[in-house]
Amino acid sequence: MSNIKYILGSFGDPDEMMHGIEKLQENNIKIHDVYTPMPIHGIEAKLGVKRSRLDIAAFFFGITGTMTMLTGVYLATVVDWPINIGGKTHFALPDFIPITFELTILFCAFGLVGSYYASTHLFPGRAPRVMDLRATNDRFIIAVDAKENTEHTKIDELLKGAGALEVKYNERKYISYE
Amino acid sequence: MATHHYNLSEQFEFTGKAKILSIVGIVIGVLAIAYGFLTDAHERTFANLLLMAYYFACVCMSGAFFLAVQYVAQAGWSASILRVPQAMAKTLPIAVIILLAVIGLGLYTHNLYHHWHAEGLTDPNSPNYDKLIDGKSAFLNVPFFMSRQVIFLAIYSFFAVKLSQWSAQEDLVGGLNYYRKSFKNACIFLVIYGFTTPIFAFDTIMSLEAHWFSTMFGWYNFAAMWVSSLATIAIIIILLRKAGYMSWVNNSHLHNLGQFIFGFSIFWTYVWFAQFLLIYYANMSEETVYFYKRFNNYEAWFYINLILNFLAPVLLLMDRDSKRSENILLTVSIVVLCGHWVDYYQMIMPGVFEFGTKSGSGFGILEIGTALGFVGLFTFTVLSSLSKKPLIAKNHPFLQESLNHHL
Repeated sequence: MSNIKYILGSFGDPDEMMHGIEKLQENNIKIHDVYTPMPIHGIEAKLGVKRSRLDIAAFFFGITGTMTMLTGVYLATVVDWPINIGGKTHFALPDFIPITFELTILFCAFGLVGSYYASTHLFPGRAPRVMDLRATNDRFIIAVDAKENTEHTKIDELLKGAGALEVKYNERKYISYE
Repeated sequence: MATHHYNLSEQFEFTGKAKILSIVGIVIGVLAIAYGFLTDAHERTFANLLLMAYYFACVCMSGAFFLAVQYVAQAGWSASILRVPQAMAKTLPIAVIILLAVIGLGLYTHNLYHHWHAEGLTDPNSPNYDKLIDGKSAFLNVPFFMSRQVIFLAIYSFFAVKLSQWSAQEDLVGGLNYYRKSFKNACIFLVIYGFTTPIFAFDTIMSLEAHWFSTMFGWYNFAAMWVSSLATIAIIIILLRKAGYMSWVNNSHLHNLGQFIFGFSIFWTYVWFAQFLLIYYANMSEETVYFYKRFNNYEAWFYINLILNFLAPVLLLMDRDSKRSENILLTVSIVVLCGHWVDYYQMIMPGVFEFGTKSGSGFGILEIGTALGFVGLFTFTVLSSLSKKPLIAKNHPFLQESLNHHL
């Protein structure tokens, strides 16, 4: 049993990488993930990536902001310190719409940044986890889990046949942990 | 990339049901207007005519604005649907003539704009003397008012017609010359349009109540005309697709239109609310009178306006899938168009006649008939001009990008 954890096919061209994905899928080899230096049209559909749930999170962060502001305003202007301003009711809703809107946006934005950090394990001061550094520069990487897919020579052939410039066998999942 | 095989010389044929229905609409409109004049509801008829003529002109001129925005942004996605806003832009001169006729006749017969256009308003010795109107008379006087209207509308029509003509020439000649020309002139048009539409809205609608003013009013009207025009473009494209035309329009194009309608509905609400909030917060009686009239005499309309123009598009179009669905987008577009009718109704009616007077401020045959008449007229003129050119600008430099549009 080898210590190889992941096999990485490194492509220099996005079309060849897409071809490589097709090749692997034809042979029922499960792809762990694909890393590219730029967005590629249609790749989510091809890999069967599930739709992001970020929008649902955004809604709940937003509604939290709305409720926080309305509660705060109510406590301040009605319960704690009621003042007659221009003869309006104490809880004059239209006056507080702009600030409620602001707080909705603020909570939503902060919540989404937090969710993004949490889901990508990116935190300030922490080295990012990258499988292959050149995926952030000029290479298109297909990562295959070497423990699940044991036919390593076949994977190697398929990747090279599709135009991979290089096939790497990594014994660690992420190379840039340190 | 997949290769596509579309018929690039596909042409719309304006026949059958669409033609008959639009003519029926025009006939209903003419009958309703005749009914209005015969029953002596002159002011109400004129108010309805102004409403629909303004709506018609605004939708068409925003079609030209859409074209200009696409050229200036060098947008690729829209290259294959430009013929629809072009047909609307080409109809603008007709709409302009109708609007100018309504405004001119309304001024001449004293049915419209009588707040600032009446005997003795600017004469200190007259019993009708009105100090506020006298102060504004350097701007609000008939010759200057009419020349502003004519100049603005003529400029919009000129650019609208030119932008659509250059695209037709591009079909024949090809190359980038016409694209560059359109780009340059679209820039000029947008600057002129941006500075003059607020004044156009102040003149045409806000001066109906000449004592009151709001600096937000210009943008408020701009938002209304822009979103209603986007809804019209979406409706025409979806109906053409359902009739078997424009097979190259895919869900991503609809998605973009849906985002536009969603975004600008919220923009409309923002401007509407900003105008309301400033007046509500300041609480000066000469400002609150505008909302006092609308809120007390038209209370149901006041809320219907917000439901149709804000809640409906926000809730129905929020989801990605509903922006991509033909039927949901069609429904929302129709709701938004009705909503902006209600919006204009509230801007115009309380300014033309006092609530509860003989000619009243109701909603009946006259309102529905006039609206149907103009919908028929719009359909007839726009579809006639759409049927004169192929449905796709085959030499547009970004056409391939548009055909492969994918979100």
